[in-house]
Amino acid sequence: MKNKVYLDYAATTPVDPRVVRAMIPYFSKNFANTMSLHSFGQEAKKSLDKSRKVIADFIGAKTSEIIFTSSATESNNFALKGVAFANKNKGNHIIVSSIEHSCIMESVAWFEKQGFEISRLKVDKYGFIDFEELKKTIKKETILVSIMHANNEIGTIQPIKEIGKICKEKGVYFHTDAAQSLGKELIDVNKMNVDLLTATAHKLYGPKGVGFLFVKEGTKIEPLLHGGSHEFGLRSSTCNVAGIVGFAKACEICKELMVEEDKRLKKLRDKLITGMLDKIDDSFLNGHPTKRLSNNANIAFSFVEGESLLIQLDFSGIAVSTGSACSSKKLTSSHVLTAIGLKPNQIQGSLRFSLGRWTQEEDIDYVLEVLPGIVEKLRKISPFRK
Amino acid sequence: MNYTKKVLEHFKNPHNVGKIENPDGVGKVGNIICGDVMWIYIKVRKNNRDEEIIHEIKFETFGCVAALAISSALTDLAKGKTLEEALKINKDDVVNFLGGLPSIKIHCSLLAIDALSEAIYDYLFKKGRDIPEKLKLKHKKVLMELEIIKEKNKE
Repeated sequence: MKNKVYLDYAATTPVDPRVVRAMIPYFSKNFANTMSLHSFGQEAKKSLDKSRKVIADFIGAKTSEIIFTSSATESNNFALKGVAFANKNKGNHIIVSSIEHSCIMESVAWFEKQGFEISRLKVDKYGFIDFEELKKTIKKETILVSIMHANNEIGTIQPIKEIGKICKEKGVYFHTDAAQSLGKELIDVNKMNVDLLTATAHKLYGPKGVGFLFVKEGTKIEPLLHGGSHEFGLRSSTCNVAGIVGFAKACEICKELMVEEDKRLKKLRDKLITGMLDKIDDSFLNGHPTKRLSNNANIAFSFVEGESLLIQLDFSGIAVSTGSACSSKKLTSSHVLTAIGLKPNQIQGSLRFSLGRWTQEEDIDYVLEVLPGIVEKLRKISPFRK
Repeated sequence: MNYTKKVLEHFKNPHNVGKIENPDGVGKVGNIICGDVMWIYIKVRKNNRDEEIIHEIKFETFGCVAALAISSALTDLAKGKTLEEALKINKDDVVNFLGGLPSIKIHCSLLAIDALSEAIYDYLFKKGRDIPEKLKLKHKKVLMELEIIKEKNKE
């Protein structure tokens, strides 16, 4: 039998069967519009409120601070554009890190075209921003700082609490994109000093098409979608109750499994990393050895190109992803790997392995058995091999 | 990325891989955008009509699935051809031979064609022959591109 090993959980996760079961009644049975006044609507509203409570509790927020959206991309756009619109009297300066997800990078590039001033903070070789640079960059026109919690490519976990503290002291709103970290890292919005936080269900075994933006009480923000005043008037659109119920269930399961899964995944991740570095010459780890997501291993293999590695692994039933320029629609190397100081030829051979709930030790053993041969095969073809 | 069956076949089992010892010509090219690099080695012989043909051809490539499949395809196409015929191979020949390529990967086929013409340039240069103007211009362009890639990868 051909092995099938999915190691791309950072791209998306399968929906946990328990989540699917929780969602099913909300398609045909409890289907009503939460804004309807009849009992059908009230029933749906009750489920929405209950789910909102579960999610709010999960991150230490109030229910009125959770605004459901369709995705992390929407939440990030909402945070940036909503805060910018509402605070344009204060200024037009936004600070981000240079390793944010493309939905932040593309949004700020758009802001520049609208006349905003954008600062993109440098990161060190592990992907950490510099506190002093942040302090120096904040000025009186600054309306928002947006720094992601955990990086989607290299898994680096930023010290959000400290960054939030700096923003708080300077009186600037602070947003963090926690799409990759919710469900893996403990999140408490108050302890972390965040005003806005993005998350999405499909990265933690929930369905696609549902995310939320935490908006701390008192934060000045304008909606992107105007209409029937759903979500406290901040995000009009008929509520995706099934999706939201699924999101809440997914959070409940994560809460229960988190400590155990963290330990289990770190063990597997480290086995994978040390195994690859031991077995394959001229390979190196991208990101920090310990301050990284429990499920992320990003390794670069010299003299070979990532898309070729990826497809060869796919022939063996292993699914991963790469930051190589050849695999991107724009033929540009990963901006994250560029920002941590890698040269184009080092980026070309980088692969991201992201583990998850159904990753077993046999899967890691299988990768370690197959990968050295694949790298060797491609190196034999490469003019750069030693 | 949707690759044709033929592309994946060539990628999985590429033909004409490796170095040629004491080659008659070598072409080394690189793509400044994606960073792919191709080296093509040729051995030239005369056929029974006294024309110079590509008797042996091998390649070494650093690049994506398309770049590897194209290297394999182009070397298949060029093998046995006269130098003149080989220089006439264009990107459509390569793309058609492979049953199509994703549009974003078409540029890889141009790289392979450059590598082949560079190998022929190298052969003609070493032999002290007259070099067609078109080949000379291409040679200049290739050297410039290699310099840019080197600069980008400098520590």
